[in-house]
Amino acid sequence: MPADAASRAAWDVAATVTDPEVPVLTIEDLGVLRSVAVDDDGAVHVELTPTYSGCPAMDAMRDDVLLALTHAGYDRVDVRMVLAPAWTTDWMSDAGRDKLRAYGIAPPSGSAPVRDAGPIRVRLAVKCPRCGSLNTRELARFGSTSCKALFECRDCLEPFDSFKVL
Amino acid sequence: MSVEHPGADLDPHGDVTVDRVALADELAGGGASVAASADVAELALRIGDDALVLSQRLGDWITRAPELEEDVALGNIALDLLGHARSLLHYAGTIDGRSEDDLAYFRDEPDFRNAWLFEQPNGDFAHTIARQLFASTYLVELHRGLESSTDATIAAIAAKASKEVDYHRDHAIQWTLRLAGGTEESRRRMIRAVEQTWPYVGELFVDDELATRLADDGIAPLPSSLRPAFDDVIDAVFAEADLARPEGRLAFVVGGRGRSGGHTEHLGPLLAEMQVLARAHPGASW
Repeated sequence: MPADAASRAAWDVAATVTDPEVPVLTIEDLGVLRSVAVDDDGAVHVELTPTYSGCPAMDAMRDDVLLALTHAGYDRVDVRMVLAPAWTTDWMSDAGRDKLRAYGIAPPSGSAPVRDAGPIRVRLAVKCPRCGSLNTRELARFGSTSCKALFECRDCLEPFDSFKVL
Repeated sequence: MSVEHPGADLDPHGDVTVDRVALADELAGGGASVAASADVAELALRIGDDALVLSQRLGDWITRAPELEEDVALGNIALDLLGHARSLLHYAGTIDGRSEDDLAYFRDEPDFRNAWLFEQPNGDFAHTIARQLFASTYLVELHRGLESSTDATIAAIAAKASKEVDYHRDHAIQWTLRLAGGTEESRRRMIRAVEQTWPYVGELFVDDELATRLADDGIAPLPSSLRPAFDDVIDAVFAEADLARPEGRLAFVVGGRGRSGGHTEHLGPLLAEMQVLARAHPGASW
């Protein structure tokens, strides 16, 4: 969060924008909202970080941030994309993880360093967001979007998305 | 606000203490205050063209993959690669004011710098997987090496891409194991695909003058230095899949000339399809 009150107020506006593909999450929950600063001339500078290089939702998020701030009365808004440091699911807030689970998407299991193993990997079990069972199976490594994999639960028999660790 | 990304004392939601100089221009659509040097622009073209051409190839599978989930997977991989290509071509164009679209749509075959592996046709599904296995294993090592580039923009793009191509490699490995260990027919096809694709691997690790200069300047790892790690991964996968390295076959292809603009007969038709709309309606947006 920014240190000064003016920037914090602008942050609170930008933070209401949600991910168009996972609308239960705000860009703050995702860790996509990186910084908001209001300069001496009253212009707002926002920095967003893309989740995936080719994520088509990024343009929508950029436009939505612009709209949200413009509607709130800021007339000079500059939204920039920054790549470094690279986004990781470790930045997703605990509140965001809870919201994902409630929405039926398994949150990332474990943290990014866990992935740094050999070429043929043993995977952590993914818990079914509906019944909590660990008896689940991956159907496809790439789900409806780059950030998700498709699973099915062998106990409640429901298919579900799992947010991949990145 | 709790932040738990490893080894960093900065708050990713607030005051990020990263080098801001080059960041505005990393992504397509950014400003153009930071221009690439001639050598870096050429590097960005090489790896950007690899990503663009492979992305175009993979997009062909959508609606044709052996199962619905695979349409989605290959489409997602193609999208990641297209993202890398956009960032890299945008950066490459900063040297002479060309946009990412200028570079993608209005360059002819001899101007493309991709290695031959990436332009090889899809073949059957096993061919696509063999190409993906070799391409993504190379890309994992390349981007890991580029993460410590002395060029801040290249380093930032690579840090992002590195995590994504790691997933692509995982996907290719899983399919390699499945096809090689599947039915007699799937195994026969996987073996044939590996044999026919392997000759294009050599070009990825050739050190030329530019590569040597880039390595001396700390901008990019020397291509040949990536080979041992590549071989380790491929050997491990081949051991698990009971496949053999097809050494010695079609050795003449090892001298691929993609980096200097010489291409196989497969690139032309790919570009024709990719570029036709932009060239028929210059300036159109969609």
